[in-house]
Amino acid sequence: METYTLLRSFADSWYLLFMTLFFVGIIAWAWRPGSRRAQDEAASSIFRNDDRPAAGAAYDDAPRSQSQGAR
Amino acid sequence: MWDYVKLILLAAVAVLAAYAASQARDLAYLVHMIIFMGAAAIAFLWQIRHIGEGVHNQNEYFDGVVRYGVIATAFWGVVGFLVGVVIAFQLAFPSLNFEVLQGFGNFGRLRPLHTSAVIFAFGGNALIASAFYVVQRTTAARLFGGGLGWFVFWGYQVFILLAATGYVLGSTQGQEYAEPEWLADLWLTIVWVVFLLIYMGTLIKRREPHIYVANWFYLSFIVTIAMLHVVNNLQVPVSFLGSASIPVWSGVQSAMVQWWYGHNAVGFFLTAGFLGMMYYFIPKQAERPVYSYKLSIIHFWALIFLYIWAGPHHLHYTALPDWAQTLGMTFSIMLWMPSWGGMINGLMTLSGAWDKLRTDPVIRMMVVAVGFYGMATFEGPMMSIRAVNSLSHYTDWTIGHVHSGALGWNGMITFGMLYYLVPKLWKRERLYSLSLVSWHFWLATIGIVLYAASMWVTGIMEGLMWRQVDAQGFLVNSFADTVAAKFPMYVVRGVGGLMFLVGALIMCYNLWMTVRKVGEAKPATSVAVAAE
Repeated sequence: METYTLLRSFADSWYLLFMTLFFVGIIAWAWRPGSRRAQDEAASSIFRNDDRPAAGAAYDDAPRSQSQGAR
Repeated sequence: MWDYVKLILLAAVAVLAAYAASQARDLAYLVHMIIFMGAAAIAFLWQIRHIGEGVHNQNEYFDGVVRYGVIATAFWGVVGFLVGVVIAFQLAFPSLNFEVLQGFGNFGRLRPLHTSAVIFAFGGNALIASAFYVVQRTTAARLFGGGLGWFVFWGYQVFILLAATGYVLGSTQGQEYAEPEWLADLWLTIVWVVFLLIYMGTLIKRREPHIYVANWFYLSFIVTIAMLHVVNNLQVPVSFLGSASIPVWSGVQSAMVQWWYGHNAVGFFLTAGFLGMMYYFIPKQAERPVYSYKLSIIHFWALIFLYIWAGPHHLHYTALPDWAQTLGMTFSIMLWMPSWGGMINGLMTLSGAWDKLRTDPVIRMMVVAVGFYGMATFEGPMMSIRAVNSLSHYTDWTIGHVHSGALGWNGMITFGMLYYLVPKLWKRERLYSLSLVSWHFWLATIGIVLYAASMWVTGIMEGLMWRQVDAQGFLVNSFADTVAAKFPMYVVRGVGGLMFLVGALIMCYNLWMTVRKVGEAKPATSVAVAAE
């Protein structure tokens, strides 16, 4: 089979399916139970650390209430 | 040690560029090599006086480069708007294409200078500066890569100089928004990869667990532009000592690659990047978190899934296969949904704080920007419908559409960002004058309305005149008839552009006075050093 036909048939079958499922997966993930708290937390994360980087050498999973910076 | 390596590299570049300049086969290449030589020499002299000073305190943000980016954004904005006003009046009054400037300052040479100055110099600097600012604040970490931020900033200015001098001297590959020749393209590729490296590095060493949504938009902008730029600029230089090159693509493939690039330059440079700005600066200025974080996730993925396919709508009724045209049209129409989802998300961030629209001209600017985003992303899909496109394509309607997006959305959100950033970056307690911001707001808004309205009128008129046939089926109007009929609208467009330019000048004065005259925000807790 020539390359064009091969790629074309792959694009409008398996790859289309993959992209559709991926997108549906994202929607499901965004609406997963219990996501609201994490999302509210992320949405308000921009209101801290305005003046200087957070303390600590690296990324940590500590609860955000302990993080540095003015709220 | 590393400083000495840099010195050797810079000296080598300067010498090589000097040699290449001496062997140049055309004027544009000669000028470009002199620019490289000058840039390397200046960097060499700077470096030799600052050996061993590259200390980067990880407990401070790297804001020096953002400050320079803010200045460059304002500067290139004024330059780009000014060239735009000049060419608008050149179209209205052709005698402004002065005889002495033929070949350098006529419309054909200045037009790409205007588009690139506004999109890449003004918009690009705004994106780089705000990306560096936002990624540091949202990851709570200093910019990755030490002084590499300076390389990206100055490297990008060198690219702008290469592109601008190239256009005026006639070094162009004639592809819209991708006019720079191979030499400038290669240089931009290097700068862009370093930009990506810095951005990724900062995300990886972040001190916040979550990657805030603005970063997703910025990252998709950086990655996609790298991909588009490389694929659309695949070409073979005729000589390494001249600026001309031969493209790899030809025929309809070339057209398709060009508009895949061209429309995604709109989609990822002017939309995704600026949406990153929207998702950070609007919540910050409104002091409220974004309306719906869920919606922002869906917005992001829907936008990047759909945008990449929309390019073929630039090639309706061409040799491009019908299925590809239909695909482009369909995806453009589907783009309505994420675009309006994003617009609603931006606007509704103000819910419960609508009074700020009355009291804060900066937020008003940002909200109008989002409004223009919604309007332009309604108009765009409509124009991509093949039947509408048969009327609108090749007319001034397209120009009006682009400008309601570029002036209204990109321009206004950038102005809002500058008004937010300058007091923050220079640690001032407020802006110099809010009433000057209002002046800027109204001048810019009325300017855009004049621009867009006159282009609707002239575009639709032109499209209808081109189609008009008499009883025997002959075309009624010659091309020159349409040009003559457009004169009044061209003058209105020029006036609208002039108002927009005056607004930008007022902004520059206001920002300058903010830095010069307004008191410190508070006793400086840390000495602001451009750590280098």
